[in-house]
Amino acid sequence: MAVVEIRGLRKSFDGKSFALDGIDLATDEGEYLVLLGPSGCGKTTLLRTIAGLEQPTEGEVLIGGSVVNGLPPRARRIAMVFQSYALYPHKSVLDNIVFPLKAQRMDKAERARKARWAAELLDIEHLLGRRPRQLSGGERQRVALARALVRDPSVFLLDEPLSNLDAKLRASARDELKGFQQRVGTTTIYVTHDQVEAMGLGERIAVMHQGRVRQLGRPETVYDEPADVFVATFLGSPPMNLVRRDSHLVGFRPEHLWPVDEVPTEHRVVMSLTIDKMEYLSGDRHIYGPVSGVGEETNVIARLPATVTTSLRPGEKHEFAVHAGRMRFFDAGSGLRTNPVRIGG
Amino acid sequence: MSQAALGEAGEGGVAVRRRLSDREGFLAGVCLLPSVVYIVALVALPFFLSIAFSFSDVTAGDPGFDWAGFRNFQRIFHDPVFWRSLQNTLLFSAISMVLIVIFGKVLALILVADFRGKWLVRFLVLLPWTTPVSLSTIAWLWMLDSIYSPIDWLLRHAGVIQGNMYWLGRPRLAMASVIAVHVWRLVPLAAVIIMAGLVAIPGEVQEQAMVDGAGFWRRFFEITLPLTLPVIAVAALFGAIFTFTDMTVVYILTRGGPTNSTQVLASWSFFKGIEGGDVAQGAAIALLLFPLLLAAAITILRWVRRMEVL
Repeated sequence: MAVVEIRGLRKSFDGKSFALDGIDLATDEGEYLVLLGPSGCGKTTLLRTIAGLEQPTEGEVLIGGSVVNGLPPRARRIAMVFQSYALYPHKSVLDNIVFPLKAQRMDKAERARKARWAAELLDIEHLLGRRPRQLSGGERQRVALARALVRDPSVFLLDEPLSNLDAKLRASARDELKGFQQRVGTTTIYVTHDQVEAMGLGERIAVMHQGRVRQLGRPETVYDEPADVFVATFLGSPPMNLVRRDSHLVGFRPEHLWPVDEVPTEHRVVMSLTIDKMEYLSGDRHIYGPVSGVGEETNVIARLPATVTTSLRPGEKHEFAVHAGRMRFFDAGSGLRTNPVRIGG
Repeated sequence: MSQAALGEAGEGGVAVRRRLSDREGFLAGVCLLPSVVYIVALVALPFFLSIAFSFSDVTAGDPGFDWAGFRNFQRIFHDPVFWRSLQNTLLFSAISMVLIVIFGKVLALILVADFRGKWLVRFLVLLPWTTPVSLSTIAWLWMLDSIYSPIDWLLRHAGVIQGNMYWLGRPRLAMASVIAVHVWRLVPLAAVIIMAGLVAIPGEVQEQAMVDGAGFWRRFFEITLPLTLPVIAVAALFGAIFTFTDMTVVYILTRGGPTNSTQVLASWSFFKGIEGGDVAQGAAIALLLFPLLLAAAITILRWVRRMEVL
């Protein structure tokens, strides 16, 4: 049974434009679903609508099989962690954690037992007496998670919980989050604009843009088989190259565009690339320049791993190639994925 | 070009001379001067003058300064009106403070709420604060008139009373009237102060409490109230000080009567010192407000600092 299900959800704040414009989505039991998209795409609004902090203009939200439209947040058996962690600044860590239990009118001994269990799970027992402002960013995150955990929610809603941490801490916090979710096994919906987080954490990723889910699938699917031009260019760093050819766009990822000698197969598409500039980034060579031979002349990027040692210099013109199976095709008008088109020989 | 002009323009043609406005020490002095003059002339001077007067025998008829020691204070302490005034001052301030905070809190919640026609409500809420105290108190004087009071008229038509209430003619009612006017004029200020505190609570904290399962009352008592306690204390302090030091309301409404039952230290000091001409005794009475206020302000401000909410 789907834990959270969204049917035909639309949300408008001003009555004219839609922040959410027809969303259909369902999570699997115990799944880690990531909502990924640029800022303003509606992912946070969707999460807040599931939480009950926003009411849908149209459509239904189901939690555990029953429609929860109109129910206040407290009746939804959800736990939410905000971007700021929203710890209660005047309460100690322990009081923060037991707050949801007090609201449930759980008796005192049971509250203390659950708080201790959550604190142990997240390794924050030594912090229970402190105030939130005496904690580091990572510790605050763990307190927020403990507070979410004690309620035994049917779903966790996490809104960019890593964005307030510095880069170093973020990687370890990401691992912790993943491990934590695997231990408790609760369905989790996670909002982020960071594709690295999304790819690393999500069992499935819903890529959102302009209030719609553009593609829903496993990380490797949305990366390798993008449903449209937006998904193709939003994921990947650098993003997928797109070259216009008649009424189509031909797409290929920078890491698949190699010097022609390095693509020893008959099923390859050859193009000539005039090298404008080169960058060395973490051992990879990034080659920038216009290509011709697949369609209109377009600036593209090639990413060569350290194992490709072909001598290349800015200003030179070189033959590059992509394995034919790596090419993706989109309709130039709608941007949607189409069947392959024959290119050259 | 002369040597001096060259030096001033510098080699690259950039003016190198510092302007007067670049000198921070000079600027600081200039900017601080008006407030220093203000404080010295209108706060410090009268304060020390009143200390001097309270130990003298200065009257309106004989301004000559003669040392009188503690005689003024001895006379005050032996006057039953002083004790009545002190008691009233403390009572009025305490009751007003409590009511101001309660109503201020309620009004603040209305001020931050989002609803149709909120501008009209906000305008009306702030109106008492924008009116000069003396004018609005005169309006209240008419409202509480012994014969033509519209409040009495309403109560009569509602069948609650038969004749007149004589709001300002009976000691208990007169005291209640004074307190009511104080509360009425100071609630808007408290509401605005508390509103600032309410707005400062992060929206996500309130939403987190909702998600955590807290209903309205639990959110109010466990989140909103503790987080606004410091500003509520400030609002209470303001309310107390304004009531404590005010003489206008008592002077206009009751002139301290009937039979000194609404007399407060500020009004009694005015009656003695200005209307009665005994400047020395008036100064001594006014001076007694000072240690009381100082103690109240220090207590509340230290308490606010200890709360360390954020």
